[in-house]
Amino acid sequence: MDSALILEWVIKSAILIFVLLTGFAYLTLFERRALARIQVRIGPNRAGPFGLLQPVADGLKLIFKEELTPAEADKVLFTLAPVVTVVPALILAAVIPWGRDVTLFGRQVSLSVADLNVGVLYIMAVSSIAVYGIVLAGWSSNNKYALLGGLRSSAQMISYELALGLAFVPAILLADSMRMVDIVEAQHPWWFVVIQPVGTAIFLIATLAEVNRAPFDMPEAEQELTAGYHTEYSGMKFALFFMAEYAKMIVISSIAATLFFGGYLGPGVDRYPWLGPLYLFIKIVILLFGMIWLRATFPRIRYDRLMAFGWKVLLPLALAVTFITALGIVLEMLWLIPVLSLAAGLFTVAMVHRALRRKAYARA
Amino acid sequence: MTQADLYTLLPLIVLVIWACALLLVDLLIPRGRKGITAFLAALGLALTLGLTLAQVSAAGTAFQGMVVLDGFARFVNALLALTGLLGVGLAYGYVRRMGIERGEYYTLLLFSVAGMMLMAQAADLIVVFLALELLSIPLYILAAFARPKETSEEAGLKYFLLGAFATGFVVYGIALTFGATGTTSLSGIIAAASNGDAGLLLTIGAALILVGFGFKVAVVPFHMWTPDVYQGAPSAVTAFMAAGAKIAGFAALLRVFGLAFSSLSADLTAILWTLSALTMIVGNILAIAQTNIKRLLAYSSIAHAGYILMAFVPFGNAEVLPVSVAAGVFYLVAYTLTNFGAWAVVIALEKAEGRGLDLDDYAGLGRKYPALAAAMTVFMLSLTGVPPTLGLVGKFYLFRAVIAGGFYGLAVIGVLTSLISAYYYLRVVVIMYMREGEPERVSEPWLNLTWAASALAVVLISLVPAPLFAWASQAVFALF
Amino acid sequence: MTNLVLFLVLAVVAVVTALGMLLSRNAVYAALFLVLNFATVAVFYILLEAPFIAMTQVTVYAGAIMVLFLFVIMLLGAERLPGTEPLPWQRPLAIFLALVLAVEAGYLLFARRAAGGMFASAAPDFGSPQAIGTMLFNRYLLPFEVTSVLLLVAMVGAIVLTKKEKGGRE
Repeated sequence: MDSALILEWVIKSAILIFVLLTGFAYLTLFERRALARIQVRIGPNRAGPFGLLQPVADGLKLIFKEELTPAEADKVLFTLAPVVTVVPALILAAVIPWGRDVTLFGRQVSLSVADLNVGVLYIMAVSSIAVYGIVLAGWSSNNKYALLGGLRSSAQMISYELALGLAFVPAILLADSMRMVDIVEAQHPWWFVVIQPVGTAIFLIATLAEVNRAPFDMPEAEQELTAGYHTEYSGMKFALFFMAEYAKMIVISSIAATLFFGGYLGPGVDRYPWLGPLYLFIKIVILLFGMIWLRATFPRIRYDRLMAFGWKVLLPLALAVTFITALGIVLEMLWLIPVLSLAAGLFTVAMVHRALRRKAYARA
Repeated sequence: MTQADLYTLLPLIVLVIWACALLLVDLLIPRGRKGITAFLAALGLALTLGLTLAQVSAAGTAFQGMVVLDGFARFVNALLALTGLLGVGLAYGYVRRMGIERGEYYTLLLFSVAGMMLMAQAADLIVVFLALELLSIPLYILAAFARPKETSEEAGLKYFLLGAFATGFVVYGIALTFGATGTTSLSGIIAAASNGDAGLLLTIGAALILVGFGFKVAVVPFHMWTPDVYQGAPSAVTAFMAAGAKIAGFAALLRVFGLAFSSLSADLTAILWTLSALTMIVGNILAIAQTNIKRLLAYSSIAHAGYILMAFVPFGNAEVLPVSVAAGVFYLVAYTLTNFGAWAVVIALEKAEGRGLDLDDYAGLGRKYPALAAAMTVFMLSLTGVPPTLGLVGKFYLFRAVIAGGFYGLAVIGVLTSLISAYYYLRVVVIMYMREGEPERVSEPWLNLTWAASALAVVLISLVPAPLFAWASQAVFALF
Repeated sequence: MTNLVLFLVLAVVAVVTALGMLLSRNAVYAALFLVLNFATVAVFYILLEAPFIAMTQVTVYAGAIMVLFLFVIMLLGAERLPGTEPLPWQRPLAIFLALVLAVEAGYLLFARRAAGGMFASAAPDFGSPQAIGTMLFNRYLLPFEVTSVLLLVAMVGAIVLTKKEKGGRE
């Protein structure tokens, strides 16, 4: 192992973390501006041109705020919890390829921090331990609302992890590999969203629940739990939770882009590899906008319905989609996959619609 | 996976698919009409039984040596399917009467039978372990099926905890065996053991597996859970558990110890001898003090585990072992029939709130219901080993084989403990005929059929036991 | 060399976290130490070039099972362990058994190492997903399928034992 390689890794990691942290800061601005537009408001536009300095102002404010630690809290875990929340969000991005190998300063450089042969499993593993931070924050605050928020989030994340894990399977099957680069390259010329649209939808829904974003933001439901697991947090510790949520949004958008939307692929990438990161960036931004749009559109789901949806709708559908994908590959009829899975998806939507209508009648 | 693989496991595969389908079909059957589920479950078991009997092909392994189909497996599988049928028949009216009628009862029973059958066909320690779990987990649940009745919940929990403990022993034993021989397949273990490089580690592994199986078939000193579980579990479950778990456990013991660990006979014969003797003595002596019929039958089942274990004691003697194992298998058949008959009588007299289970409740049975009392007498005589019953024939074959192996002491202990057991079995008979009482019995067609048919079988087969013994011998001899 | 240093550091971490799990008087801390221990073991697997097992270890043990442990501990408020031992003979017995295990493992390691039969060399990509998949769906197909039935049964059982019947007694 030569020192240049280690240096390369360090630089790439540093860039990645820098991108995620800046991205987090500007994502908050992006969200506030977009939400404001949708709600026919203007949003923050005072600090700097178009409010571009707003994140800086927010950051300064948070740094100078007083940090409170509840008297009865478990001090060690209370301090540790925000860190435990942020770290998985940051390291999750390590396996995402930003582009093909490029030549830089006379050496071949691969544009991802780690090119694992079990890249997809790595994502599963890291996202599965991401729940600890939230649960510990909830428990160590010694606050009923916080504890409930923590418990809710652990139940929710475990439940949706099943559908999420199954949603990875179509991509793995279609690419015949768990390596992220292979999965991206296999989406040439058809992105997996075309071959497996329902699987993509399941993935997007499940990841939304995994990062506790609206409409699945039960763990921090203001109306019921004040602010859920981070009720007792203030100052920079609170900012870390905030950062984790937005960093996770960026990361899962990039995972979704990589697995289903062709990753860094796009017109002209073959000739100019440097276009790869740009395409990936555009796709991430579009997906992020989708998330914000969802937040502006949908009300929060009731907790029991959230669980019922995860277990009774999403999980069976994900199983069906997995089966359909495997069937199409075995029969060597790839066109079968979108047809059958769309049929299954529409059937599911129709059944949910019927069940909800029946409930509405029963109430009336 | 090939056609031959599927053929080897055909009855089992059909049974598992049937059970899964039944799980879904059961959703459509309205509550209060779960008898249909029972009927369908019985149909599945009958189909399995038919397929098992129809399986005719040379012995062979399948699924990369994971399972084996031979005469022994067919014999035991047929017996197990029969056990399942009897179990469904006993449960049919009972669960309704006790207010615990739910469709899952029958599917769990089917899964348990599937586990037992897999056990009988296992040719790899991994499959042995999985089969052990597949047969046990439904039994844990069935034991607690009468929840929220406290005794039933206690039975389920106790059985689960001790069963999990026993499983730990089995897994650790398997791990050590794997460490010693580098393989989990039984034939691989035979090969490695005959090379002689296995040594101490293999012995420890075998001993740990023996402990685990000892828990499952309730051999002293691993019997502590039996009385409480047998008493607390719903009677229909107990009847099924007592027979099914024993058959499967002993089938696995035969496969694992009779074959794979046969090189360890020098070390293990003494252990098996002691276990068998202890089980017979402790089981029979503790049974004397029982006044509850379910506890009495529980201790009786412990004692019978001791008798069956005798069959494995001549383990290093290649000439005697097949005969003694055949005798053990024959004894298992005898025990299954007698056991189901006796439990059917218990169920016929049991009342919803757990009354009707004391020995005193049997007073006057002889006068009021002569047929039922006669059947119970037959079962008690068979459990004791008195003519003209199957129990006697079974014990005769067993003792003969053990004596042929040169274990006179064990045979003497067997005879003496049988004499002790006469005391408490005959006490039931005495109470039924000599004391005054007004017992109330339940009359249900399937229940009546079970005890009547069992009683007839126990008597009639004892008159001409040779064909059945020949079948059992043929099944066992194919192994050696 | 790097591997050796890495191994030694991780070994210390693994032992310390295992001890922490045993000795902490707070069930939440015990569970967290166990999570750390699992994560360390996962890194061992990576060092042994078995990344698939490593990731599965983290996903299943650290990510699913221990989360449920924590969930139950927090839900029941059972984080304070009782000060007295319910089974006083348990500790000496456990220490004795642990010593037996250590001796046994030591015997295996050293006696067997001399014989050389213990450390079969593995194929270069034995830990890859492809190799594991092939193994699982060929050689171990039957155990795999039986396990799926087993899990189904366990699930049915859990529901049977916990579900309240509609209009039932509970």
